[in-house]
Amino acid sequence: MLADKDRIFTNLYGYQSWELKAAEKRGDWDDTRGLMARGQDAIIEEIKASGLRGRGGAGFPTGMKWSFMPKEPKPGKPNFLVINADESEPGSCKDREIIRHDPHKLIEGALIAGYAMRARAGYIYIRGEFIQEAWRLEAAVQEAYDAGLLGKNAAKSGYDFDLFVHRGAGAYICGEETAMLESLEGKKGQPRLKPPFPAGAGLYGCPTTVNNVESIAVVPTILRRGASWFAGIGREKNEGTKLFQISGHVNRPCVVEDAMGVPFRELIDRHAGGIRGGWDNLLAVIPGGSSVPLVPAAQIIDAPMDFDGLKDLGSGLGTAAVIVMDKSTDVVKAISRISYFYKHESCGQCTPCREGTGWMWRVMERLVTGDAEIHEIDALWDVTKQVEGHTICALGDAAAWPIQGLIRHFRPEIERRIEERRGRTLEAAE
Amino acid sequence: MAAKRLPDTPEIRERWGSFAWTKDNAAEARKVVDRYPPGRQQSAVIPLLDLAQRQIGAETNTQGWLPIPVIEYVAAFLDMPKIRAYEVATFYTMFNLVPVGRHHVQVCGTTPCMLRGSDDVLAACYVRGMKKGHTTGDGLFTLTEVECLGVCANAPMVQINDENYEDLTFDSMTAILDALAAGQAPKPGPQVERQTSAPEGGPTTLQAMVKENHDYRGEW
Repeated sequence: MLADKDRIFTNLYGYQSWELKAAEKRGDWDDTRGLMARGQDAIIEEIKASGLRGRGGAGFPTGMKWSFMPKEPKPGKPNFLVINADESEPGSCKDREIIRHDPHKLIEGALIAGYAMRARAGYIYIRGEFIQEAWRLEAAVQEAYDAGLLGKNAAKSGYDFDLFVHRGAGAYICGEETAMLESLEGKKGQPRLKPPFPAGAGLYGCPTTVNNVESIAVVPTILRRGASWFAGIGREKNEGTKLFQISGHVNRPCVVEDAMGVPFRELIDRHAGGIRGGWDNLLAVIPGGSSVPLVPAAQIIDAPMDFDGLKDLGSGLGTAAVIVMDKSTDVVKAISRISYFYKHESCGQCTPCREGTGWMWRVMERLVTGDAEIHEIDALWDVTKQVEGHTICALGDAAAWPIQGLIRHFRPEIERRIEERRGRTLEAAE
Repeated sequence: MAAKRLPDTPEIRERWGSFAWTKDNAAEARKVVDRYPPGRQQSAVIPLLDLAQRQIGAETNTQGWLPIPVIEYVAAFLDMPKIRAYEVATFYTMFNLVPVGRHHVQVCGTTPCMLRGSDDVLAACYVRGMKKGHTTGDGLFTLTEVECLGVCANAPMVQINDENYEDLTFDSMTAILDALAAGQAPKPGPQVERQTSAPEGGPTTLQAMVKENHDYRGEW
């Protein structure tokens, strides 16, 4: 088990103060200037060596992402860092804990990451519904400015870096990096075509890197303890610690930091008090937030909770938002509610997603009650395949995958409902 | 709260046509604009629409909403075409396009909350005569079912104006609504014995942090 001394977010639950003085006592902002003095490229190399993969869901290597930024920004085209705090993936609730209880880890990480990628300024895009959290973050940023840790000659490093908090106003799609940039520019959050990628033309047409809150907030600790410390936790290509968010039918839902690759059973037994009604009562798990396919109980119980371990099961780690469903769950309804979510959140730009999410949800609602024909299951599968991969951003994929997972693993249950209803209809007709 | 179309009537224009920032909000608005590079003031449209909604909320003793002349005021303030501001106001769910009540009860109904009993939370609202998409006759409550608010380890939850209430049951939701109706301020956060998102009964990790601001660096 991961030792407490190896956990990064020591004030995760907010037992202690979030304020600068308390954060400093826990080790934040300790010789940040010295960390920066190692040099921009050395920092990027260290993060590459640590194996850190983006914590926002896609798992792209963070250090490599930074290395795509221009080393010598052109005049009038400064580099920008944008931090994605638009945490909206159903099941995810980790960035909120970082922001309200350990905000200085994020702010210090922003300065170091911004420096490494030669960014002049950073914006933290926080979802609008995190109201108290945004106020907390703004207060923490102000503290950092007042202490000389941001702004001109930030942390006496000789580097100028500004950091701003930008609040959204309710739109899941703004978690997609190019939609976030559109939104930051004061527009509807509709994703852009890539290429050009943000590292070439991002915010205001300038080179931009978008990183998740957790990816940035772990950076100072990785530099302090060394890449080999971080890389020594977890499995190869799945290194480090991770905030897991356990919701649904467990005895004690929680957010907890543990090693990547921790087996599912151990994660749940140790931190969440086990499955409600015992392990025999487990039906299925959505291991990485609503957009990854569900995994049936038998397959997940001993699976390692990391990027590759869950990919091998046809699912994904996503944001490590673990949604647990016991046998009392109406699994078709649970997935149909996710379909409704995507219908609600489709930005309307691409036809397959705008029309497809509504169509898929309406069929799903009929499958919940069995008011359908067997061949419609195949038609639904077919439509998910026509939406998947045919949209500008991944929201179309995210809407398709949960349904595909349901059909793959629970087709007999869907057919049972259709046949049961048909039986009732025939009885009524007689 | 959403609307099929932006309401635009002579009455609304008459009532809100003379909207202007209060002195404090004018200063705040300039501060917000300064966060963005020169010429990029349109970036401030979301924060300023929110500020305007809050100003109207303070004036009407509700959560506030965005009448069309107010959206146009913000557009003019930022020197951007009105249509771009309408687009933003109608795209983001937190902008109320019609008036709402004193308390905007936003119950999360997405799957993680559904699994933990958000139907019971909604039932507590229905018992008080609330209906989704409507404001109660006394103007006290507007009910909206919203999508995931990112508090899933403390599900089910509701956001009422600026506060979250978490780990709800039918009874605790009823108690919160009763308290709000009585003009009280119920305690936000988990409604069970629990520290934020730590497991009920106490944390399984980092116990040293419970009592003191522990510095783990000595153990590295």
